[in-house]
Amino acid sequence: MLQAQETIINRQGYRLHMIQSNKFKTVHFVAKFISPLSRKDVTKRALLPFVMQQATKNYPTANAFRQKLDDLYGSTFSMDGSKKGEMHIITARMSVVNPSYLSTDEPILAEAVQFFNEALFAPKVLANGFDPKIVAREKQSLGQKIESIKDNKMQLANMRLIEEMCEGEVYKTHVHGYPEDFDAITPENLYDYYQQVINKEPLDIYVIGDLSSLNVEALFDQYIERATNEPMPNMQAEEKSVTEPKEIIEYEPIQQGKLHFGFRTHTHYSDDDYPALHVFNAIFGGFPSSKLFINVREKNSLAYYAASRFESHKGLLFVFSGIAPTDFDKAKTIILEQLEAMRDGDFTEEQIAEAKSLITNQYKENLDEAYGIVEMLYNQQFSTNKSTADFVSRINAVTKSAIERVANRIELDTTYFLTQKGAE
Amino acid sequence: MEKKQYNQINETVYQETLANGLQVLLVPKPELEQTYGVFTTNYGSIDNQFVPLGEMNMVQVPDGIAHFLEHKLFEKEDHDVFQEFTALGSSANAFTSFTKTAYLFSATTEIKKNTEILLDFVQDPYFSKSSVEKEKGIIAQEIQMYDDQPDWRAFFGIIETMYQDHPVKIDIAGTVDSIQNITKDDLYTCYHTFYHPSNMTFCLVGAFDAEEMLQVIRDNQSQKSFDPVQAIKRERVVEPAHVNKEHAVLHMPVVTEKCMIGIKETPTERPDDFIKAELMSEMILDYFYSKSGAYYQELYDLDLIDGSLGFETERQISFAFSLIGANSTDVEQFKAVVLRQLDTFKTYTFSDEAFTRMKRKMIGGLMREMNSTSNIANSVSQYHFLGIDYFNLLPILEGITKEEVEAFMHQWIKSDNVASFFIKKETKDA
Repeated sequence: MLQAQETIINRQGYRLHMIQSNKFKTVHFVAKFISPLSRKDVTKRALLPFVMQQATKNYPTANAFRQKLDDLYGSTFSMDGSKKGEMHIITARMSVVNPSYLSTDEPILAEAVQFFNEALFAPKVLANGFDPKIVAREKQSLGQKIESIKDNKMQLANMRLIEEMCEGEVYKTHVHGYPEDFDAITPENLYDYYQQVINKEPLDIYVIGDLSSLNVEALFDQYIERATNEPMPNMQAEEKSVTEPKEIIEYEPIQQGKLHFGFRTHTHYSDDDYPALHVFNAIFGGFPSSKLFINVREKNSLAYYAASRFESHKGLLFVFSGIAPTDFDKAKTIILEQLEAMRDGDFTEEQIAEAKSLITNQYKENLDEAYGIVEMLYNQQFSTNKSTADFVSRINAVTKSAIERVANRIELDTTYFLTQKGAE
Repeated sequence: MEKKQYNQINETVYQETLANGLQVLLVPKPELEQTYGVFTTNYGSIDNQFVPLGEMNMVQVPDGIAHFLEHKLFEKEDHDVFQEFTALGSSANAFTSFTKTAYLFSATTEIKKNTEILLDFVQDPYFSKSSVEKEKGIIAQEIQMYDDQPDWRAFFGIIETMYQDHPVKIDIAGTVDSIQNITKDDLYTCYHTFYHPSNMTFCLVGAFDAEEMLQVIRDNQSQKSFDPVQAIKRERVVEPAHVNKEHAVLHMPVVTEKCMIGIKETPTERPDDFIKAELMSEMILDYFYSKSGAYYQELYDLDLIDGSLGFETERQISFAFSLIGANSTDVEQFKAVVLRQLDTFKTYTFSDEAFTRMKRKMIGGLMREMNSTSNIANSVSQYHFLGIDYFNLLPILEGITKEEVEAFMHQWIKSDNVASFFIKKETKDA
């Protein structure tokens, strides 16, 4: 079986995953906290990673915090929030150069582990909360970040599509939070929320790199004390059937129109048909040999990009293309025809074989990326299907009829077009 | 075949110049799943005036042609090359920069076949009138996609502000208008002039056997015939040392305004000076403007940035500049503060502690870049054209002294080599 060599150790309060690999000149640490996505908490969860990276107990300014990383041979540290199905995950990542490549005797790795834990478990606290100045300033930064999404039209169109498509579902919640929540967030209640994350939520820690000369367990155990042993939450997301497809057209002063589609796949990560969804997507729009690219771009010169991507846990499929504002009807017809062709089984055994080898290649390449390996292994924890880890053989076993079955389950939910006024 | 071993970083490079002039560079990394291959020509968007192969006179070609050619090489008379790669399960791509055009694949099986396809499609052009016309629609969409991106507009905006005559100021993809003038004959002229093997490198990084792959490449190349090696005559534009304009503004429909500051340099050609200047300018910008930097902190404390501050250095044989840019709620004030900060470079000195830290950070950054096969392959290729050995950067970096960095910094900022550029909101008037 083609997999990363993972050892999982259940420690009190967290799972420690160790992945021995000699592919990297660095050692990587990743910590993940998970909680159900909720409109109520999302702004706090979005703000928290910003605040935590500004100061800790021993590095009380952003400068001191970042200079310590520089001293550790330019170690990197980052933290963010992301959506996975209807879950929200706070991830901290750190990488440090493997000292065997450096001419130094300093205990770089031990210091890096200490720093990583300090950033997570020992933030700067004043009285009963975070530093009010930091919280105020980071609200402003987050607010500006949210505003600037509007300057990236592809991102804007994608965000608006999901808002419209998932109206009334928790999935529509913005991962960056909402500026209107800022006033109600205080240094104190943000700190209380932090305590809840740090003490209660399921925690997975991944360490990846050449660990042969390193006692990873002992290094982490000295910093982490957690009473909780929460199991991983259930990934099951809300399922919705489409009664009538929606079409939304909105206007911005732009040169290129963004035509995006949202579909419901009704196929999820733990399903037996999940590998067939991969193969479906590879033939439909995942690669430059796919139907979308060939028909929208190569045959009709309508776009520079036309592609599809699926979401595994909520069961969504998205199509993206950038077209001239006047080509809306033509592009829409061609894109939907490609889905029809998939449903009708209008693809060959040769295309299936090619799709399988493209997916396998992508999967294997991912095994050369430290953070890619971590994301793959973390995902596997949510599977209720025992064969998930055996990805490549499951892909190879996919049949034409399974692909057609998956295609016929897919429903168009929302068509979203961002364009310029007066072009149609 | 020459074999070079780099013990400190545990890498090996095999190198050979073939009879037709092609430079082959192989970096086996058996621990990986994938292999990344890149075939690069020393030809980019700035090479728009040259003497065509076998002719006498300098010609000027339409803006955006190097990038257009990159697109068109994938299309053959009866098929699209992408499909040859995808049939093997591998992925292919290409990119055009100011000075290079590169074609690449990444694969986890069939490395020999992938290599042959890459060599063969780049060395077998097929341009027809109809396929050239068809591509204009696709590239026009690509250009318009970039036109809607404020970051891209700001990048070319500051370059145009700094440069008066040098073709670096021309957008790599050209404009929707300029590409209309491209013909199939133009493409062949550029192709024959710049795609001679002696103007190219072929680099593989990943899981393969070096001896075996070198033989595959040798055999492939020896079956083809090429014109004798000839030096390429490119127009050398004389660009003044000072900036074209001190300041310019573009109004566009944005939510967040942007400011870019550009430092224009007189380029250096000697490889030793070149690489040191590159490392030192990156080191200095990082020291002041990364999140650990005092000047970043000052801008942050003054509420002039939102965490999006960025900086970069672009250094080639015929031009060199560095940029500092950010989204800002007060672009005027941002500009004033950064100009004041840059002025301090003229006399700035580092403590030993600070110097050690900045160097350590650069060393770590270099090592981290070496985690990526694509990074290694592209860097090895591009530095090779400059006569620089990428895997030798570490000892060069380690050897740089505090005094050298200070001397570089003291002469960097002059009275007339800094420019600024704003992206401002469109003013609402009748």
